[in-house]
Amino acid sequence: MTSRRLALRLVVLAFATVVIQQTAVSQISIFGVSADLSPLVVMSVGLLAGSLPGAIMGFGTGLIVDTVLVQTLGVTSLLYIAIGYWAGRLRELRDPAHGLVPLAAGAAATAIAGIGMTVIQFLLGVDSPVSLLLAQQIFITVLVNTLIALPVYALVRRIVQPALPEDPRRRRRRAYTTGGLSPLQSPSQRLGQISRGSR
Amino acid sequence: MHDKQVRRRRAVLALLVGVSLILLTAYFGESPSSPLHNVQRGIVEVLSPIQQGASKVLTPVRDVAGWFSDTLRAKSERDQLAKQVNQLRAQVDYYRQKSILSDQLAHQVKLDNSIDISSYHAVTASVIARDPTLWYQTIQVDKGSDDGVALNDPVTGDGALVGKVTTVDATVSVVTLITDHAYAVTAEVEDRYGDTGVLVPAVGSPNQLLLQDLPNHAPIQVNQPVITAGFKSGRLDSLYPPGIPIGTVSNADQNELLNNQQVQVSPVADLRHLSVVQILTRPHPGAAERAQVP
Repeated sequence: MTSRRLALRLVVLAFATVVIQQTAVSQISIFGVSADLSPLVVMSVGLLAGSLPGAIMGFGTGLIVDTVLVQTLGVTSLLYIAIGYWAGRLRELRDPAHGLVPLAAGAAATAIAGIGMTVIQFLLGVDSPVSLLLAQQIFITVLVNTLIALPVYALVRRIVQPALPEDPRRRRRRAYTTGGLSPLQSPSQRLGQISRGSR
Repeated sequence: MHDKQVRRRRAVLALLVGVSLILLTAYFGESPSSPLHNVQRGIVEVLSPIQQGASKVLTPVRDVAGWFSDTLRAKSERDQLAKQVNQLRAQVDYYRQKSILSDQLAHQVKLDNSIDISSYHAVTASVIARDPTLWYQTIQVDKGSDDGVALNDPVTGDGALVGKVTTVDATVSVVTLITDHAYAVTAEVEDRYGDTGVLVPAVGSPNQLLLQDLPNHAPIQVNQPVITAGFKSGRLDSLYPPGIPIGTVSNADQNELLNNQQVQVSPVADLRHLSVVQILTRPHPGAAERAQVP
């Protein structure tokens, strides 16, 4: 039941992301480039739900992007699978708790998307010099996406988290920091007891 | 249990990558009329009303964001434009006189005007979606074959050539911009020599074009306008009518011209901020048989 709810939310999220990206965000230019929501959303889903949902979300979002823009099918999917899977593995292996992790992960995801697309285009036979301007545009896109990574992550968390199964590691960590959900007391309380007992 | 999860995860990942590679290979090797392309066009057709609706709903958001970026740019552009206006005024007078003379001469020699821009019918269309990446330079517009739009119709915006129609459905079309790597158009430098070449995008340098195959010693100067050449040779005629502005020469390095016979051109139209374009639909019934020449 939970996985069905999650799947439904991810489908709606992927579709809404692509429509909003193509119809509004891509027409707003900041320093000559547009923000790209899709890699940020895929990265956020990976960070929140894990590697498997991240990779599936990446594949689906990439497929919608390629279809809507009438471009070579599979190119964007390949890149976004890598982004979703990588973000999910980051969560599963490191479980980073710092609040700025989505910022760094957003920058990395955008860089993977930009550089990856360049590499795939070269492999597909686009005859092009590696120009400074191209590198500059990729760099500015990474900067712009980094700025919006936190709000995008917060929005995705708001949509996805209610449908996620409870993660024991997260529950333990929350319990440790708040003390409210754990049978153990918080560190300050434990310290207090020790000092009272020593008198 | 853990091993089973790991195996499942790897299997799904391999499956997704495999499907992506199969799609990529199949799509890349197929012709535009293949089943995969048809399915893609069908999905675009189904999604286009949603995109059109979303585009209208999100217009205020776009406008607000656009207002801020436009204001920032406007200040820097104002002084530059004031200078240009003065130069252009003098040019307008010169060309107006030439135009009158040209019309009179064309009338006298009964010149064939069948590929002239005045014989095309312009269909105004709104941009409903745009590709944000640097590689696929396409936009989608809300007009299709129901409005008379056909494959390879030239598209103008901001008073200049912006691309051509590459996919048509009943209510929606995909326009490939002149900065796409697969694009080429015959163009000429608008000076008294009218040096003609093939204009292609400078792939890897977004928003830059190259006018190639020019004569080695062409006296081309920076800021000279570049327009579509347009030609007719028997049953073969260009996809583009002559005289549509494309850009201005931004770099006319003499060494580059001598060795590679090319100069750099900057497009006139602001391709990242197009919201309305005009599609020049076919001028005469037999035009559908025109050759696919740039």
